[in-house]
Amino acid sequence: MSIAKPLPHDAAKLHVTGAARYLDDIALPANTLHLAFGLASIAAGRVTSMALDAARAAPGVVAVMTAADLPTDCDCSPSAHDEPLLSDGTVHYLGQPLFLVAAETHLQARRAVRLAQVQYDKAEPILTIEEALAANARFEDGPIVWERGAAEAAIASAARQISGQIEMGAQEHFYLEGQSALALPQEGGDMVVHASTQHPTEIQHKVAHALGIPMHGVRVETRRMGGGFGGKESQGNALAIACAVVASTTRRPAKMRYDRDDDFLITGKRHDFRIDYHVGFDPAGRIAGITFRHYTRCGWAQDLSLPVADRAMLHADNAYYLPAVRIESHRLRTNTQSATAFRGFGGPQGMLGIERVMDHIAYDLGYDPLQVRRANYYGATGRGGLSAPRLPEASPSEGISEPEKRQTTPFGQPVEDFILHEMTDRLAETAAYEQRRAAVAAWNAANPVLKRGLALTPVKFGISFTLTHLNQAGALVHVYQDGSVHMNHGGTEMGQGLFQKVAQVAASRFGVPLEAVKITATDTAKVPNTSATAASSGSDLNGMAVREACDTIRARMADHLALLYQSTPDAVTFGDGQVIIGDETLSFARAAQLCYEGRVSLSSTGFYKTPKVEWDRIKGQGRPFFYFAYGAACSEVVIDTMTGEYRILRADILHDCGASLNPALDLGQIEGGYVQGAGWLTTEELVWDEAGHLRTHAPSTYKIPACADRPDIFNVALWDGENREETIYRSKAVGEPPFMHGISVLMALSDAVAASGDGYPSLDAPATPERVLKAIRSLRNEL
Amino acid sequence: MDITFLLNGESVELRGVSPTVTLLDWLRETRGLTGTKEGCNEGDCGACTVMVTDESGARPLNACILFLPQLHGKAIRTVEGIAGPDGSLHPVQQAMIEHHGSQCGFCTPGFIVSMACAHLNGDTNHDDALAGNLCRCTGYAPIIRAAEAAEKAPVPFWMNDVPPAAEGATAPTDAASPDVHAPETSDALAELYARHPNATLIAGATDVGLWVTKQMRDLPEVIFLNRCRDLQSVEVSDTTIRIGAGVTMDSVLTLMREHHPSFAEMVRRYGSAQVRAAATIGGNIANGSPIGDNPPALVALGATLHLRFRETHREMPLEDFYIDYGKQDRHPGEFVEAVSFPRQPNRLRVYKLSKRFDQDISAVCGAFNIIVDDGVVSSARVAFGGMAGIPKRAIHVEQALIGQRWTDEALIAAWEAWHKDFTPMSDMRASADYRLTTARNMLSRYLLEDLGADVSVLEVTP
Repeated sequence: MSIAKPLPHDAAKLHVTGAARYLDDIALPANTLHLAFGLASIAAGRVTSMALDAARAAPGVVAVMTAADLPTDCDCSPSAHDEPLLSDGTVHYLGQPLFLVAAETHLQARRAVRLAQVQYDKAEPILTIEEALAANARFEDGPIVWERGAAEAAIASAARQISGQIEMGAQEHFYLEGQSALALPQEGGDMVVHASTQHPTEIQHKVAHALGIPMHGVRVETRRMGGGFGGKESQGNALAIACAVVASTTRRPAKMRYDRDDDFLITGKRHDFRIDYHVGFDPAGRIAGITFRHYTRCGWAQDLSLPVADRAMLHADNAYYLPAVRIESHRLRTNTQSATAFRGFGGPQGMLGIERVMDHIAYDLGYDPLQVRRANYYGATGRGGLSAPRLPEASPSEGISEPEKRQTTPFGQPVEDFILHEMTDRLAETAAYEQRRAAVAAWNAANPVLKRGLALTPVKFGISFTLTHLNQAGALVHVYQDGSVHMNHGGTEMGQGLFQKVAQVAASRFGVPLEAVKITATDTAKVPNTSATAASSGSDLNGMAVREACDTIRARMADHLALLYQSTPDAVTFGDGQVIIGDETLSFARAAQLCYEGRVSLSSTGFYKTPKVEWDRIKGQGRPFFYFAYGAACSEVVIDTMTGEYRILRADILHDCGASLNPALDLGQIEGGYVQGAGWLTTEELVWDEAGHLRTHAPSTYKIPACADRPDIFNVALWDGENREETIYRSKAVGEPPFMHGISVLMALSDAVAASGDGYPSLDAPATPERVLKAIRSLRNEL
Repeated sequence: MDITFLLNGESVELRGVSPTVTLLDWLRETRGLTGTKEGCNEGDCGACTVMVTDESGARPLNACILFLPQLHGKAIRTVEGIAGPDGSLHPVQQAMIEHHGSQCGFCTPGFIVSMACAHLNGDTNHDDALAGNLCRCTGYAPIIRAAEAAEKAPVPFWMNDVPPAAEGATAPTDAASPDVHAPETSDALAELYARHPNATLIAGATDVGLWVTKQMRDLPEVIFLNRCRDLQSVEVSDTTIRIGAGVTMDSVLTLMREHHPSFAEMVRRYGSAQVRAAATIGGNIANGSPIGDNPPALVALGATLHLRFRETHREMPLEDFYIDYGKQDRHPGEFVEAVSFPRQPNRLRVYKLSKRFDQDISAVCGAFNIIVDDGVVSSARVAFGGMAGIPKRAIHVEQALIGQRWTDEALIAAWEAWHKDFTPMSDMRASADYRLTTARNMLSRYLLEDLGADVSVLEVTP
């Protein structure tokens, strides 16, 4: 049984020897063209002239194309048909592609781009939330509002009220492998595209549209990405389309990869948000009513902003019961890169809003924030981990006589397995939260310059695509006559270990060693109509689809072998590389051989669709999520009150992966997610200047966490429960949820700042040293 | 230009090499060795790390900003050469698999090379050795576990490269490319540069590399400095320390650990191992960047700059070299030969402030050298980077401090002087207000540190 084993990533040996092949490593046909985009140098206005003769005449240049040279409109949008590949004359943001150069080499293309002379008629760009609101520049007609109960009335009649605001910055994906695509023209106008993408079907769809051919004329292949994080869900469309159009026009292969600075300037990032809140609560800190206003800069095009902003609203509760709630969401159109999917997909932003509220309430009442968090948790459901201490009524808030009433999300989905009471208790114990709370206070009293802070925050994250029809997956499995297995599915590998997990499923179904299963590149010709590998859904969906395919083949084999050995199909078992039919034992290879000779089909597709989900996004009601994944993190930091510098000293995380398919890969997602989440809220600052120029467009100026930024002590444990829903081997999705453990770092910083002066810190993110110092000085009335 | 080097144990001879082809492009596009990755093309992510061995040992370097002529006479090992000739894995490779140190795998080759190089050199300060390798997937913890697990394993025999230079390599020939030079001595350099004052001098190429990879600039005439051995010496006398312009920052780090540990700590943070191994102190000085970290520290030490034009040697206080933004007191054909400073009791503290501790450009870099006699400030040298268009001395602050009791009184006395010395700007690294506030606070930090308070978050343990 290969399930639940901590096996290494399937490509680990290829990774460490440099033999793993990424798109840029594919050997090219000799006549391949290399592309580069010429980018707008203003944020808003019109192009009045483009002098491209010098670029055309540059060494190695074969073609220079503008929008007028494109065969179709070549739209790149995954949603609204509002992203022309090249500007039609209107400039929407600084960095927008205006023209493209095709040259014999990558460097020649990049050099030629710089020779263009572009003249503009500049307009005043809309860059900030305030500017967008003033101009009423937004997507959809007005704000989306979801509510339950009479929030304002509940707030007004509550014992205490507070209001506040938190800003949280955008985040660049900084996948180590930049965006890239390669198009190889085929006979009859067909096109083969290699793309570094989380969504091969979308590439196929958009390329077919651009070429004006049916989807069957385009085959897209993706073996692996060097990181995705949501940044390759839609942002690779432009490169693939550009390559396909050039390949189609010139009948030569065409390849494009963005230089890192171009990648920053062209592609979308995580949505930045400002969240205003007004909350009323009782003396125990329990929320009676709350209103949120979400403002997010979506950038110039719609892309995935609507579902991102929806998901932020869907996580406005995080782990807390909100009896009366109103959430208003403004999706603003700005002259910046089109904000896009990024791990968590709006969830982290929504969640940070309510975590700030918890922190603020605790400060207002003088309570430990963890006490306030627990008081507001959804009711306990008594479904702890297998070895969870069976605490008497874990710690539901006092005075709640009917816990089932504290069990429904603002959008009407019941929370059926709320295990955070038990998880919080366990983590508070293993992290010695109470003792360290006291130790931090004592340390702070003794240290005038440096201050420590501590915070423990929970995560409840909804699993499923909120666009319900995306919750489907397909697989294709072949068993060859030597017993080896070829496995293919619609999911893509971006480092998360999806292929290994799914191979473990296949090996387990056939009872063969993992080596018998060949992992193959995602290919739109093998499995059609796939969803993006996104929303943490990869192994849930594709694992089930592969299981289905394997079981179909296994059933055919069992039928045939039962017939052959005069047994019954249910007496045929698969395990340890063998097939046992009554008294007969065959190797799996022999069994496959016999089935082949018996003219049994040893190939099958598999298909899966997630049950139970249904969702009305206009009303904001339904069951958008199949289930929730949970976790909790405790972070301790130290800050310097003279400079705002800080470090994470320790992190303890307890995370729920259900019954883990592969604990090693899951731990990797949790550790990596935490550090990436901490990066979002600390050092990763995107700065646009007043002209709309993104000034942080390379790792020299945009600082993702480095090695020494991880916590000195970093304890990560898996909760030992299983999914109450029938997922693949009762596991839970793990891609996105751990990202939000990084919120504990911001809250710990806030705690340390609070120890440096008088008042509530209201620390915004990213909490760069400058913002930390500003918060301190604000508390000390030095500003 | 014709050059010779060893690549993964095999001898390579190249003729007619263009001087600004990077090792990374050559490896990937010409040689077909695609294990070495391009992550940023500016030396900040480490995905392109290769190991380069010369007579001074093995060190990691970023192949993306390394020009082929810099490699003449050296031995290079890429990720493809880290496993043994028979395919057996290096201990760090094995450990990375066992400890799940790779996820997407794109940064992994760079990590493997950095780790193998540190392993070869017996360096177990993993955070430091890997500060120049960015990973976006793992959160680094499993990579460090792997590095620790491999510490005790013996160095595989194939890792001990012997560079061809040790067997008597000669200078790269430039008969076919008259605009490329690689002089062997500073005398030869002086003559060449006087004749070609418009040539670009390339030492470690950690800055010039970006002119090529990012600005796509053509460099019509170049002079490579790395073969001028006499520019690479450090002389420590009873009274003076003199550092040749070609001394790399990793050598400066070693030197300063002994004399001025706070300077060394700044150097440790200002560049990764890959950058420190390439960058030179002369390059950092001559470049004139207002945010270079060496100049303020050296100015605070009272450094003298040594310039040379042909046989004419010129000396000046380092601060006088910086006239205005982008403008230095350097004549055409004149080059930085060395920097020197007096031996002195260690009172230097350098405070580097940036968003990230490692491998980040300073928002503010403050250097303080304050002598206190009988509780009174007798001398003060204070200089800053990031506070003006040039590395700048805080003359008014210094004057305000001298003669003051070394208590809060001194801070108060200097309070207004900060405005006279500095009117910093706001940019993506920091606001003007933050810069001025923290510059002032650094003086408080210096005082508190003197009084024995804990003032560095880097020294706090959980």
